[in-house]
Order: sequence, then structure tokens, then C-alpha cells
Amino acid sequence: MTKINDRGVSRRSILKAGTALGAGAVIAPTFFVRNAWAEEFRNNPGNASSVKFGFNVPQTGAYADEGADELRAYELAVKHINGEGDGGMLNTMQPLSLKGDGVLGKKVEYVTGDTQTKSDAARASAKRMIEKDGVIMFSGGSSSGVAVAVQSLAQEMGVVFMCGLTHSNDTTGKDKRRYGFRHFFNAYMSGAALGPVLKETMGTERRAYHLTADYTWGWTQEESIKNTTEALGWQTVNAVRTPLGAGDFSQYITPVLNSGADVLVLNHYGKDMINSLTQAVQFGLRDKQVNGKDFQIVVPLYSRLMAQGAGANIKGIYGTTNWNWSLQDAGSQAFVKSFGQEYGFPPSQAAHTCYVQALLYADACARAGTFYPPEVIKALEDFEFDGMGNGPTLYRGADHQCFKDVLVVRGNENATSQFDLLEVVKEVPASQVTYDPSIFGGELGPYKV
Amino acid sequence: MMFGDLTRNDKLLFLGFTIAALAMPLLAWPVGANYPDLLQKFAIYGIFAIGFNILFGLTGYLSFGHAAFLGVGSYAAVWMFKGVTMNVIPAVIFGVMVSGLFAALIGFVSLRRSGIYFSILTLAFAQMSYNLAYSVLTPITNGETGLQLRQDDARILDRMFVEQTEGLPSTNLFGLEMSGYPGFYFCCVLLIVAFFIALRIQRSPFGMMLRAIKTNQVRMNYTGFNTRPYALTAFIISGMYAGLAGSLLAVTDPLAGAERMQWTASGEVVLMTILGGAGTLVGPILGAGLIKYFENIFSSYNDSLLAESFSFLPDFLNDALVFVIGPFVGEGWSLLLGIVFMAIVIFLPGGLMEGLARIHGWYRGRGQGDAGRNVAKQAAE
Repeated sequence: MTKINDRGVSRRSILKAGTALGAGAVIAPTFFVRNAWAEEFRNNPGNASSVKFGFNVPQTGAYADEGADELRAYELAVKHINGEGDGGMLNTMQPLSLKGDGVLGKKVEYVTGDTQTKSDAARASAKRMIEKDGVIMFSGGSSSGVAVAVQSLAQEMGVVFMCGLTHSNDTTGKDKRRYGFRHFFNAYMSGAALGPVLKETMGTERRAYHLTADYTWGWTQEESIKNTTEALGWQTVNAVRTPLGAGDFSQYITPVLNSGADVLVLNHYGKDMINSLTQAVQFGLRDKQVNGKDFQIVVPLYSRLMAQGAGANIKGIYGTTNWNWSLQDAGSQAFVKSFGQEYGFPPSQAAHTCYVQALLYADACARAGTFYPPEVIKALEDFEFDGMGNGPTLYRGADHQCFKDVLVVRGNENATSQFDLLEVVKEVPASQVTYDPSIFGGELGPYKV
Repeated sequence: MMFGDLTRNDKLLFLGFTIAALAMPLLAWPVGANYPDLLQKFAIYGIFAIGFNILFGLTGYLSFGHAAFLGVGSYAAVWMFKGVTMNVIPAVIFGVMVSGLFAALIGFVSLRRSGIYFSILTLAFAQMSYNLAYSVLTPITNGETGLQLRQDDARILDRMFVEQTEGLPSTNLFGLEMSGYPGFYFCCVLLIVAFFIALRIQRSPFGMMLRAIKTNQVRMNYTGFNTRPYALTAFIISGMYAGLAGSLLAVTDPLAGAERMQWTASGEVVLMTILGGAGTLVGPILGAGLIKYFENIFSSYNDSLLAESFSFLPDFLNDALVFVIGPFVGEGWSLLLGIVFMAIVIFLPGGLMEGLARIHGWYRGRGQGDAGRNVAKQAAE
């Protein structure tokens, strides 16, 4: 033992050196990352044999489940674009310019990042993708706050951002950007689709109480649902804002019991919705009779992942969703099949919108014949397509919002499997949820930055 | 004379630091950190950590709510951009001033207690600020969405003198856009200035007083010194550093969110300082760099990227390595950071600076041969 120590090498220093070498091995590949600066536009792939997409999703925090599913969908989309696997929606999309050999003959590669559902972290992660990894497009996210923040970064940087799951009216309303595109539906459409169903099932004389996630998405959803229900003749008793990620909602639910309201509208999403709904049911709200009517709960934005989390509590509760895996059209079936083969369970609506967004971007590049962002943007604007679930869809140029059928769903009373949780009550056609883009204001900004 | 009364060693230290800071893009190249956003973060969080060290490293007061000043600085700077001008100078000055005032207020109350009670008080204030920014003060802070620029902001001065362009204007220093490398060099120059001021404080009689507070505050009081004004001054200076860092975050990216004030952000700067070496001048900056590097680079590794890195190995080894390392990168980057932090606290209680000092001592020992080393060893024991 003394021998070794005499030469000044101890066990500890060997351990240290070992750790350093290990760290070095992880760092090493970044030596070879090239700085792909180009004259005409940022991250021009030029003659390179591949292009990079960036997938920026929440891997930690309240929306981590959605983020994980989004990432699965993106990986699948990249496979299909590169001609691997069974092709998924490439077999059903109409019109289609992709050939299954990557985009414009270039193989698609991707990098990932964690938004942490925080604007700061999301922008830092997006900047890393743009400045270091040289992505030509980035996509993802499961929060409107993040989507709005990242979208304006996209405009500043001149790199197209394909929004993931974001439901706030602001994303394609007052905060819309030329470089941001949204396939997902929004709160206004939820309201418009949900209205007639609520009228049918709950009547026109109801008193509603809102609990709202306190950020851009919650605010706009509360507004849209309020407008819809008040047009039916409902009264709004109160609208209370709750912090995102609150965990415990009991202090917000107790006042509902004595407010004289007979409908509780939960403008919550992700783990927040799971918690608030579970607690509302535990407090016995659904067994109550108020004003001579059964007490009802409405969750305007639903997802299967949330339904899974909330378990039996969601039975019979109404809401809307962008897409559900039980849809029978060819596009949805093809996607569910290849997603199921790859991962062993059906995709969520977050996965669907992200998958579609990646394909739409790739297809727009193929149609434009270039990666030059202004041309790609023009190819996406007012693009009409079909075969990607939700029927014929228009990517409206005036606000970069997709218009397609919206699903009104209800928590399944007799679920046959742990995935069969939502029952589609009604497919509301796109024409009934279309609105004039000017009602939300905002400006897209220039094509060239 | 600005430099006149510094010792030769300090002059060398400052010169060396300046060169290293300006050459950061080159130094960061081998580890793949040479892109503007991360370099900006290195400089900005370096300033934050230097400021924190003036309070914690010198006086020993452990503030657990420093992120509040960072956040206040950001909000103030963004409001300057929205209300007055996109030029960064007024925004930075305003950000530093507002957070200085805020620090005076919180410091005045918190410094009535010391030790753990002081830490808890600052933590409580920071959490309060965070919750206020998140909910009650939404008209000022825009809540969770974060404060952002808009096309229809007032921008009084800009509207008078600068032609409006289509799209949002960008922050600038008299026309020079503050994104990318110019933004980094702006932060870098301020980092050097901040370092110089910290150096002067540490070497001044005032700095001596602060260290005396850390060593034995009771004895100071008994000898007739009123220590509180000194501690309060250190607290305010430290808060202003945090405000500077916060406004620089807004300069390089004109957006301010409440999450900047969360307790995790306050804890982060404590980690940075301890990781690098509390009480040393350069240590906190190294710690800040290390943490930001972990956060930005290791979080981006996913399994396929890892597999690619080890593709020179045979398949089974490759798979095994990916399996072992995988959980520690990507979303598990904070796990790796935790391990590194524990290792440093256990084996190098003085932080990275102690590690450097040991390497330095080892080299010198070798140079002088065995005899010299033995002498040094005896002396140490």
C-alpha cells in the first residue's frame, strides 16, 4: 500500500481519473459538431446529406406524460419520413409529396430537449437546438405558455416552429407568429363544439362555476366556454384562478359546494385536471342535487392520458378532444396501427398532433422544393389536406390555425380496456367551429427575418 | 488610480480572468459549449454567483432567496423595453436599481436574524415574491405566461427617434443587436467589470469587515462595531449583482417569467457557489459554468445520441454503456449533477478551487523533487 502511495497515485486519484475519462467519452462527440452557418438562411442544410429536426417536449413537470408520448410520435414520424417502418399516415395523406426517402433526398435526423414546461427552459433548449445543433425546424410542447414564448423565439431566429399540444386561443390569436403553426384545435372551437351538446344534456338553465389554470390557456378557455354557455342562457356564478401545478385543490372546491352552482367547469389539464377532478368527486359533488338538478362536471379539454390518470372518476363527464385513437378513418387507423406495433399501446391526442405536424412540415418542404423558410411557410399556408384523422383539414393562412372536425367525448361508462376510456359522442364538422381570424387580433409578422 | 493599489498577484489574476472571459468561445469549443446562448448563460450566471459570493462567501450569511432579485431585475428590464426603449443601457440600469431597492427592503428585515433564521426569512420572502408574480401581480408580470414584448408596446423613446419595423424590434446597444455573439460580449464585458468590483471589495477594508462578520460577529459587536450596516450593504450589493444578471437575461432574451424566482433557482446559485468554492473569487463563476453546462448539454443527450457516441465499441459493450449512462443524461441530468455535487462536497470541501489548488500543489511538489514534497507534507500535517 505504501509503495503505491509513494508514487503519488492513490486509489482515489485513479477513481477520479476514471470519472474524468468517462465524462470525456460523453463529451467527445461534440468535438465534431460543425457550425453550419450559411449566407441565405439560418441552418441551411446546403449539400449535407441530412437535415435535423428539433423535438422540444416536457420531459419533467406537470405535462411529462404528454411529453413522453409526443417524443414517441416524433420518433415514429422521422422513421416514416425516412422510409422505415410501415409508413403510417404516409399511406393515407392526400395530397402527398413525400417519397419516403427523407425530405428532398436528405435523411432526417433529430435532437431532443426538455422544456420543463417553463418558458425560460424551453427557450434555452430551443436556442441550443438552433444555435448548436443547427435544426431546420423544431416542434413540440404541451403548454400554451411555452408555445407562445417559443413561437416568438422562432420568429426572431427565423426557424419554423410547429406547435405541439397547445389549446389557447392566443397561440394563433393575439400571439400568432409567421414562423409558428398549430395543428391542434383551440379553446374557441372547444366551446363551439361543446355548446349544443351541453344544451341537449343539461338544458338552458344552469349555473356554472369555473376553476381555471392561471395562465394564457386557462384564461382563454374560461372566456370561450363562458361565452358559449352564457349564449345558451346559463349563468356564471364565479370563475376562480388556480396556480399551475397546485396539487391540492380542496381549498378551491369547498366554496363550490355552497355557491349555488350546479355545474363545475374544470379548465385544467394534465396532472392538474386529474387532481382537481378526483378531489371534486371525492367531495361528493357529483352526488349532489342543486336547484333541483343533478350536479354536473365539465372538462372542456380532455385527453386519454388524463382519463387514464383520473380512472373511474371521469365516467359520464363531457369534454372535447382533438383526436381519439378509436376513430375509424383510414389515416387514424394507419397511425394507431404503426404506433401500436412500435410501442404496444395506442397513441394519445398529443402524439397524434405532433406526428401530423412533423409530416406536414416535411411535406411542405417537399412541395416547396426547398428548406428556405419563407417558401416553406407559403407552402403550408392555406394548404388543404386529408387522410390524417379529423377529415378534410385546412391550414388557414391568416392565422396558421388548422380547421378540422372536433370531437365531443364523454368518459366511457363501460370501458372495455384501460385505453378505451373516452366515448366519442359527436364529431362536430369543421364548418361549425370555424371563426373569423380577426376576432382575436394579433399580427403574423414578416416572412423574411 | 484604478489598479494602483492592487498587488501584483491580483493584477495577474484580473488580467488572466479578462483574457479567459473574452476567449470563452474558444475555451468552450472542445466541450461543445461554444454557442451564443450557453456562453451568455455562463457570463450571466457567473455575475449572479459572484454577487451571491459577496454575501455568502464573505459574511457567511446564507441567503436562500436570491433568485427573487434575479426575477425583479428581469421584470424591471423588460418593462423598460416595453415602456421606454429597446436600448439595453437604460434597461440594465433600471433593473439593477430596482433590485437594489428590493434588496434593501428585504435585507433590512431579514438581517435582524442570522444563521438558519436568516436563510428561512430570505426563502420566505423569495417564495412570496414568486407567488405574487405568479398570481396577484399578474397585471405587472403576466403570470405564468411570462412578460413579453408586444407590437403595440409604448416604447416612448423609440417611437420618437427610430423608424418602426414590421415584426417585433430586438434589444440593441445603439443599433447593435444583442442576440448571438454581440450579446455574449456585452454580458462578458459586464462580467469582467463585476469581477473587478468584487475583487476590489474583497481586498478593501470593507471586505475585511465582512470577513470579520463571518469569523465572529459577536466579538465584533463587543468591540464596539455595529455590524448590521456592513451586512446590509453587502446584501444590497449582492442583490444588485443578481439584478444585473436578471436584466442581462432579459437583454439577451426579452422575456421574464415567474419561474426565475422559484426556490429551485435560489438553490441553484447556492449550489454554484459551493461547487466552485465559496469565498473564492473565481470559484463561483466556475460553479455557475459547470451547472449551466450540465443543464444544457447533458439534458440533450438521448439514448440514440449516446449509442452513436459509443458506436466505435462492439455492440454488446455499446448497449451496456447506453444502459448504464442513459439514466444519468437526458431527463436525468440532475441525477448526474447530484452525484458530482456530492463527490465534490465530500472529497473537495473547498469546491473546484480546492481541486485546482491541490493540482497546483502537486505540480510544485513534483518540480522540487521528493525532498520538497516531504517538507510540504510535514508542514501540512
